[in-house]
Amino acid sequence: MTEKKDFLLDIQNLTVHYETDSGVVHAVEGLNLQLGHGESLGFVGETGAGKTTTALAIMQLIPNPPGKILNGNIIFDGQNLNTLNEEEKRHIRGGKIAMIFQDPMTSLNPVIPVGEQIAEMIELHQNVTKDEAFKKAVQMLELVGIRPERAKDFPHQFSGGMRQRVVIAIALACDPTLLIADEPTTALDVTIQAQVLELMKELKKEFNTSMIMITHDLGVVAEICDKVAIMYAGSVVEYADTRVLYTNPLHPYTNGLFNSIPDLDEDEEELKVIQGLMPDPTNLPSGCTFHPRCPLAQPECSQKKPEMIEIEPGHFVACPVCCNAFVKKG
Amino acid sequence: MSQMKKRKMGNFGEIMRRLKKNRLAMFGLTIVVLLFITALFADFIAPYSYAKQHLSDAFQAPNSKYILGTDEFGRDIFSRIVYGSRISLQVGFIAVGLAVVVGGFLGAVSGFYGGKIDNLIMRAMDILLSIPQILLAIAIAASLGPGLFNLMIAVGISSIPSYARIVRSAVLSIRNQEFVEAAKAMGSSDFRIIMKHILPNSMAPIIVQATLGVAFAILTAAGLSFIGLGIQPPMPEWGAMLSGGRGYIRDYPYMTLFPGLAIMITILALNFLGDGLRDALDPKLKR
Amino acid sequence: MNGSREKLIEVNHLKKYFPTKKGMLHAVDDVSFFVYEGETLGLVGESGCGKSTLGRVMIRLLDATDGEVIYRGENILKYNKRQMKDLRKDVQIVFQDPYSSLNPRLSVSELIAEPLIVNNVYNGSKAERDARIRTLMDTVGLAQRLVHAYPHELDGGRRQRIGIARSLALDPDFIVLDEPVSALDVCIQAQILNLLNTLKKEKGFTYIFIAHNLSVVKHVSDRIAVMYLGKIVELSDYRTVFADPLHPYTQALLSAIPIPKVDQQRDRIILEGDVPSPIEPPEGCRFAGRCRYRKDICSQKTPELREIEKGHFIACHFARNLSM
Repeated sequence: MTEKKDFLLDIQNLTVHYETDSGVVHAVEGLNLQLGHGESLGFVGETGAGKTTTALAIMQLIPNPPGKILNGNIIFDGQNLNTLNEEEKRHIRGGKIAMIFQDPMTSLNPVIPVGEQIAEMIELHQNVTKDEAFKKAVQMLELVGIRPERAKDFPHQFSGGMRQRVVIAIALACDPTLLIADEPTTALDVTIQAQVLELMKELKKEFNTSMIMITHDLGVVAEICDKVAIMYAGSVVEYADTRVLYTNPLHPYTNGLFNSIPDLDEDEEELKVIQGLMPDPTNLPSGCTFHPRCPLAQPECSQKKPEMIEIEPGHFVACPVCCNAFVKKG
Repeated sequence: MSQMKKRKMGNFGEIMRRLKKNRLAMFGLTIVVLLFITALFADFIAPYSYAKQHLSDAFQAPNSKYILGTDEFGRDIFSRIVYGSRISLQVGFIAVGLAVVVGGFLGAVSGFYGGKIDNLIMRAMDILLSIPQILLAIAIAASLGPGLFNLMIAVGISSIPSYARIVRSAVLSIRNQEFVEAAKAMGSSDFRIIMKHILPNSMAPIIVQATLGVAFAILTAAGLSFIGLGIQPPMPEWGAMLSGGRGYIRDYPYMTLFPGLAIMITILALNFLGDGLRDALDPKLKR
Repeated sequence: MNGSREKLIEVNHLKKYFPTKKGMLHAVDDVSFFVYEGETLGLVGESGCGKSTLGRVMIRLLDATDGEVIYRGENILKYNKRQMKDLRKDVQIVFQDPYSSLNPRLSVSELIAEPLIVNNVYNGSKAERDARIRTLMDTVGLAQRLVHAYPHELDGGRRQRIGIARSLALDPDFIVLDEPVSALDVCIQAQILNLLNTLKKEKGFTYIFIAHNLSVVKHVSDRIAVMYLGKIVELSDYRTVFADPLHPYTQALLSAIPIPKVDQQRDRIILEGDVPSPIEPPEGCRFAGRCRYRKDICSQKTPELREIEKGHFIACHFARNLSM
């Protein structure tokens, strides 16, 4: 790839499989991804692409059985996370890498007041007394826009948007270097989503946390992410700066995604759809996993799995066909 | 047509596949199947009739002529146990069958219509449930009088409330599913909705409870016979055999041992099977 | 957009309240509008605005608390059982969740056959019924080999096609689509939207399209009604709603949509607070609590939905005169 830069997170050739009754699920296949310090990456893909599995792999939370990290390195801040022991991994989770899950209804413990849940995170990773932890917890609540008096309230007393704020407060309580947010606003109404995204943007600026935002919503990515990686059936197919990818998407799947979204500005009779469905993860197509649905497919596509090609500085595509087309044009 | 059969088998096949993984459940299933075969072919398996007395051969310990020995009337214990399986299975399945049909109907109506009907039915069930099931069975059996048939009714009636409860809760959870709304939206009658859409999807908890229920029914029947209600001699009901052998337990323990073992193995097998079925059916529900 | 179009449905002062422990829940609170024959009316709003309830009350899946729904000149809320059974053939619904809207024990053909069997269509002839089922499967793009498949073997998109085929079985005129693509991935969503569009063009259906995703609603709708807490706050043709939103809630809603383009990030109107509870709502405009333009009259008098210009309805005391 490019010259060795000082990445915060460098995922190299990650492969994660799940062994199930119906076969081996190839959730992630040879994934490569880098994230620099202070950057926010949008991780885009549809259901079953492997985004959550990747996030869980980074957090070393792949359930084993039936899952297994078969191959690859996850280098975080110089350390290979796969080689750490359980104690070291726990130290990192929450402390250096924090994760926000999709459903704010179920990610909070319903019988513990929210202030305590934030304090718990602090106590686990910092050497402070219970009182100090609670004080810090209340500060975090204020930071996310919740009045301090509500620290003793229970999750069911908050609305969905506010619960998600609490979840964000817990995640940021120990000032992690990396925040992984798995579809954090998908379950929220659009006006509440706007509030939460604004909050995340402010916090991002204030804390300079690096972020991986998993989402299927290209609009959210455009708002909040510096870089974008498009994932399909277990590997990244395109990766670039947000601006670059949105003005010049190259991979046929990326184009398919953009075409599937109705345009707010123009009237379209028919949406240009990609035929077919996401492949069965227990039975992935040979070569390029997208070739059965790809309008540009060539015979070589079913034979060889494409490498990531740097078509222009910082813009990577895993498709030799569209790269050739691009080069010819330019 | 055959493709359709294959598809319907598909569902059943998956459940069987899951069940096969559970060794205890398979053991249970094997025993239950053996029991059925024994009951069906009792005439061929049992060397003697269950009532035939060989007074000169009374109180014989297990030997080559009488595999499990003889009782105080010289009746072959093995034959009696074999014929006894028929009675146990009859009681078990008919009693449970009665309870499932009546209890299921009450529970379905209760869950589907809610409101006053629900209240009425469930309070009636509560009254029945407030009496320990076996005492209830005893009371009913005592009032109906002796006999196999009355035994089945007694056990059946005492089991009705638990099935009513189960079916009601299943109906409540399914009633709000969108496919029920869809059925309403196309003009389905309430009856069709209950019979075609709700009940078939509530089968899993009913099946599990029924399997365990058969075990309980057999046990209850044995208990009732033991105290003299229900079966009348010379019917070879296992519980009655236990009772009959009670007085001779010191010198001729095999008279109680073998019927006792038969009861124990049967109940154990049904319990294993029921547990296994619960696990095998559950993941399908979760989908 | 001419007035010579027939009105298929007229809704007058429709109310649906649910009694709860904390008081009356005003799910649909005095809603009046009409739907032209052959149009798609989009119904948008966030959770709790009552759009799903409205859709269901309109076709009497739920009983209304008050009001009228006039379908082809008759108030269907007053229909008896037999009339309702007849009506079901004309009026259908497609549900949101492709997982819970199909009976898991029935195969594809059995699912599509249900409405035919229940309404005694092709009563004598199974062959005719099967033929119709196959035709319907073709129409919605389901492969013939799936005819005996079960829902759990199929993905969300295919399941939703089953739901659509089922709703078409009786040849309805009017279909309520309750968030039909919200549970689907973007690519499948596009396929289903194209299908719905094609069907409408071929058969001339009238749709009510309920959704919370505004770009999807804009794509499919002729006119759009915006709902908030049980009331319609704005209603107009789709271009006007997006180009010239007059109600402050519509404006906030539109500005909240994340746009998948890099050069169009604009200043958002961020609403404060949460959607208030629909239980025993206070007098006055429901949106007053979060509106940046609110004046005293807003919390005293409930604004009516008025036609402020041709075809553009709005429920706000200050429609064209918003000032801070």
